[in-house]
Amino acid sequence: AKYISQCIDEIKQELKQDNIAVKANAVCKLTYLQMLGYDISWAAFNIIEVMSASKFTFKRVGYLAASQCFHEGTDVIMLTTNQIRKDLSSPNQYDTGVALTGLSCFVTPDLARDLANDIMTLMSHTKPYIRKKAVLIMYKVFLKYPESLRPAFPRLKEKLEDPDPGVQSAAVNVICELARRNPKNYLSLAPLFFKLMTSSTNNWVLIKIIKLFGALTPLEPRLGKKLIEPLTNLIHSTSAMSLLYECVNTVIAVLISLSSGMPNHSASIQLCVQKLRILIEDSDQNLKYLGLLAMSKILKTHPKSVQSHKDLILQCLDDKDESIRLRALDLLYGMVSKKNLMEIVKKLMIHVDKAEGTTYRDELLTKIIDICSQSNYQYITNFEWYISILVELTRLEGTRHGHLIAAQMLDVAIRVKAIRKFAVSQMAMLLDNAHLIASNTQRNGICEVLYAAAWICGEFSEHLEELNQTLEAMLKPKVTTLPGHIQAVYVQNMVKLYASILQQKEQAGEKEAAQEITQLMIDRLPQFVQSADLEVQERASCILQLIKYIQKLQTKEVPVAEEVIALFAGELNPVAPKAQKKVPVPEGLDLDAWINEPPSDSESEDEKPKTIFHDEEQRHSKHRPPEIDEEELARRREARKQEQANNPFYIKSSPSPQKRYQDTPGVEHIPVVQIDLSVPLKVPGMPMSDQYVKLEEERRHKQKLEKDKKKKKQKKEKKGKHRRHNSLHTESEEDIAPAHHVDIITEEMPENALPSDEDDKDPNDPYKALDVDLDKPLADSEKLPVQRHRNAENLKSPDTEAPLVEKKSKKPKKKEKKHKEREKEKKKEREKKKKKSSKHRKKKHKKEKEEKSKDKKKSKKKQHHSEEETAESVQNGTLDDEPLPPMSSYCLLAENSYIKMTYDIQGNLQHDSQVTVSVIFENKSTSFLKSMELNVLDSLNTKMLRPEGSSVHDGIPVPFQLPPGVSSEAQFVFTLQSIVMAQKLKGTLSFIVKNDEGSTHEKLDFKLHFSCASYLITTPCYSDAFARLLESGDLHMSSIKVDGISISFQHLLAKICFYHHFSVVERVDSCASMYSRSIQGHHVCLLVKKGENSVSVDGKCNDSTLLSNLLDEMKETLSKC
Amino acid sequence: SEDTQQQIIRETFHLVSKRDENVCNFLEGGLLIGGSDNKLIYRHYATLYFVFCVDSSESELGILDLIQVFVETLDKCFENVCELDLIFHVDKVHNILAEMVMGGMVLETNMNEIVTQIDAQNKLEKSEAGLAGAPARAVSAVKNMNLPEIPRNINIGDISIKVPNLPSFK
Repeated sequence: AKYISQCIDEIKQELKQDNIAVKANAVCKLTYLQMLGYDISWAAFNIIEVMSASKFTFKRVGYLAASQCFHEGTDVIMLTTNQIRKDLSSPNQYDTGVALTGLSCFVTPDLARDLANDIMTLMSHTKPYIRKKAVLIMYKVFLKYPESLRPAFPRLKEKLEDPDPGVQSAAVNVICELARRNPKNYLSLAPLFFKLMTSSTNNWVLIKIIKLFGALTPLEPRLGKKLIEPLTNLIHSTSAMSLLYECVNTVIAVLISLSSGMPNHSASIQLCVQKLRILIEDSDQNLKYLGLLAMSKILKTHPKSVQSHKDLILQCLDDKDESIRLRALDLLYGMVSKKNLMEIVKKLMIHVDKAEGTTYRDELLTKIIDICSQSNYQYITNFEWYISILVELTRLEGTRHGHLIAAQMLDVAIRVKAIRKFAVSQMAMLLDNAHLIASNTQRNGICEVLYAAAWICGEFSEHLEELNQTLEAMLKPKVTTLPGHIQAVYVQNMVKLYASILQQKEQAGEKEAAQEITQLMIDRLPQFVQSADLEVQERASCILQLIKYIQKLQTKEVPVAEEVIALFAGELNPVAPKAQKKVPVPEGLDLDAWINEPPSDSESEDEKPKTIFHDEEQRHSKHRPPEIDEEELARRREARKQEQANNPFYIKSSPSPQKRYQDTPGVEHIPVVQIDLSVPLKVPGMPMSDQYVKLEEERRHKQKLEKDKKKKKQKKEKKGKHRRHNSLHTESEEDIAPAHHVDIITEEMPENALPSDEDDKDPNDPYKALDVDLDKPLADSEKLPVQRHRNAENLKSPDTEAPLVEKKSKKPKKKEKKHKEREKEKKKEREKKKKKSSKHRKKKHKKEKEEKSKDKKKSKKKQHHSEEETAESVQNGTLDDEPLPPMSSYCLLAENSYIKMTYDIQGNLQHDSQVTVSVIFENKSTSFLKSMELNVLDSLNTKMLRPEGSSVHDGIPVPFQLPPGVSSEAQFVFTLQSIVMAQKLKGTLSFIVKNDEGSTHEKLDFKLHFSCASYLITTPCYSDAFARLLESGDLHMSSIKVDGISISFQHLLAKICFYHHFSVVERVDSCASMYSRSIQGHHVCLLVKKGENSVSVDGKCNDSTLLSNLLDEMKETLSKC
Repeated sequence: SEDTQQQIIRETFHLVSKRDENVCNFLEGGLLIGGSDNKLIYRHYATLYFVFCVDSSESELGILDLIQVFVETLDKCFENVCELDLIFHVDKVHNILAEMVMGGMVLETNMNEIVTQIDAQNKLEKSEAGLAGAPARAVSAVKNMNLPEIPRNINIGDISIKVPNLPSFK
């Protein structure tokens, strides 16, 4: 540290010098120190100085330091704005690059706002190096300045089709990041991505796209169906494991979203599972891990298909890697069934024994219990087996989960009547061997099981054979070393045992033996009376007095067993977790009123135990401080008995959270009259035994038990909250009784329960801000603030209009947009907005209709609409009044001073003789256009599909009106007979122009060109299928050659893919095979080779005419390059 | 800030270094690295650990490949890279990394492309005569420092995404 401070001093000296090289060196050193964890924020200003150095070397050092130590709170950061802008526009691409890189690390909302426009410009820079960086940094800008997303989005979308793969992947990257947060806004891009997915060969990009689809499919089931095929193809063909894995992952997501068990899906599930099996079997641990991870996803929806790989999963349990074992365990959880449960658990038990390291062993233990107890012990057929498993588990050393085992034991013993006998004998064994458990496990939780054991033995003592032996085991002096709450249970249950023994002996007439046992109790109990634990002490002393009293009676030869046993009479039923809430508030019962006056101070002794009583304790009221004389005790016992008579199921520990049923010591003080008040409300207990017989359904129906004033008392504690709730049930009492069958599944939630699937989005989530509708056209107010002249205007708010002269030369596009925007008057804008919203509504409406019309096949015009997702979303994209991307499939149809029409033709897979023409109408004028009608002169081959009943000369009305400056798209379906030839159709658009002067009727003629390429549908094909196709020999061949081509091969392929609807099958260097299919099922195969300056295309197709026409069209496209 | 940065590095190193050779290279996110969405993905080369922290939008295997590309690029740029290269030329390592990962997002995965850009920048640097006489001093400064036992980090950006850190030195 001393050395460091010395260094820092030295650096400070260096920073003061004028020499920029020395300064840069100093900053460089500071960066190193920062990396070691020293604060260098004091040098922020010097860093900026170095950033503004003219030499790249220094600049880079400066930016590096800045990216390391600047953050949102750095105040000098605003000084950098102009420097960064200067660097961004530097002629040296590396200056720009380094500025972008730096900016990406420390961009702030202010910087983002000020620089967004500059970065937008850089997105269309000539150098791909800059383009890709600019594209990528846009994500950061969006995060900091969400308003920029909408204006920048069209250009970002453009970049998806950038010729440079780096830029393309950057754009994919950004959109994936955006879509991950708000997938629904990016659904419209799906067709574009689909195209990319089928054409791209860059694995990195593919992975991203596939991941993106994984996020999109849950929102759009149709997409999932489309995806399955190409994805399975990819799975088959790819050799890259990473790609394979992501494909499988997405297929799983698709399957989950589809969830319907269509037959072909089970095939893809099988495929996934098989591939995953290969992954898991791989020796690479990473693949194994991921395989298991993906497997567990499948498990959720398709458990059956995973189950067959049980052997493999079990193998993984033997793996050296703990995380792999844990994954395998997770999987096992879902794989158990009634049949294999025992087998699996047996395996797990072996692992438990072998396992080293307590964490993993604990994990195993909880998993065993989870597996067994899942969905109400659904898979357990033999509870004896389960009990013995639990007992076996207690032999584990050092586990933290003793209470878990204990809870399971209690739960099973209480709820499965048939098992009690067995359970009791096992528990007695445990108690006998308690020293084994307790001796070496004082620290850890396994002694918790003794708690369960003692309780079970006591409660179900009638099943116990060796009562004496167990009682003695519980009275061992060693017991006093156990934790307090366990001792307390011991004491309590001793008495239960004692009571049973007493009864036995008395019935057998063995008075001697009975007295002996009483003596034993009196001898041993004092060790508990001396306990440091208050509760143990209290119980022990109370019971000691009780037994002394019994002894007295015994010496008088009074039979006492009946009375003693009566202490513990009553059946115990499990309580449904929510039973308490179902108890109606009896009429006339004011829960807020005190039943008794609050206990006076003199009773504090009675009150005390209440506060320390363990939650799961019961029947506290019997315990009295030792000083109570026996008469008093007897009197209380009477009261107690009476009380129990009123309460057939007096409350005790139950598996539910309702355990809070404590007795309150004040019970006895309640006047009997009040007890009577509750009597009519009592609910008769339901016989439980038959329910227990059916083990599987056992828990479905629960009874409600409580009914007595204790409850009231407790409610009193809970007061208003529950009262409100309960009052809902205040109906007649007859209605209430059946309601006590509580179905766990359908049980209503407590009032204050929070819905678990709450929207977990953090309101501060930065991504939320990016949740904007990207398909809405840009509004005037939404544009990036453009930096104007550096001086005065800078101070104006970013939205005020400012001279654009400076920018005009650089950004013609921007200018154009601006210009248009300025033209619009505010009034019109408002009108436009209104229109737009109504249009949206209309669209929605239309869609709904489509659904209906689909079945009825009535309105054919709309029918294609829903199926042609592709066209529709492209339309959405171009709605933005942003210049069309360079690779747009829309071409000009006709144009005049009012309107401009661009169109695109898409084949329709569902109908082999139909194509859809999407026409975008753009209102170029300042007038309102309405009553548009489109008519086409049909040819023999090609006809426009008109609504039924209209003649061939009728036009089709365009389903919208156009306010000034707005564009919208309509689709028309054409039927074709032959598709081997290109077609031209003449047509007319008629419309009414309405402006302030009035309305005029206008016409616009056009020629609709159906190229052969428009009959093709991009269809992915895989090399093996492709080869088979070529070998089949029934294809005609033809070829062309185009000279003078300068663009890159990649670009060229992209063009062919885009304009001619082909997909790349394989690409080797400058040679590629491509494939497409016509709507009538013609296969078209291409072999594209690039020479020095030329490109040759060899084509094969079922139809020679189609092929030659296609090649001609292609020649035309290529020669334009 | 610097403190949390150091803490992250320390804990990451602690987590990663105790893992066996033959276990998988992923660590599910803890609180420190920004919650369960994030994962640590690392690769171990001799004495060096290359650790990337990524969120769920990245492919695990893809990142492993990326680390490989990174290391190979380092190897090319330093001609047989070793730990000392990374220590003494932290800035260069940063520059190389900046060509691959920008602001937490993967920028370029093509090694040739990266190397070309780096070479071009180096040429540019040479033409500007570099940091005059500086390296010698920096080296002497580093030498005298008691090299910390904790791993070294190259770049800890904001928590949001996968900014890698590069621990080394045991």
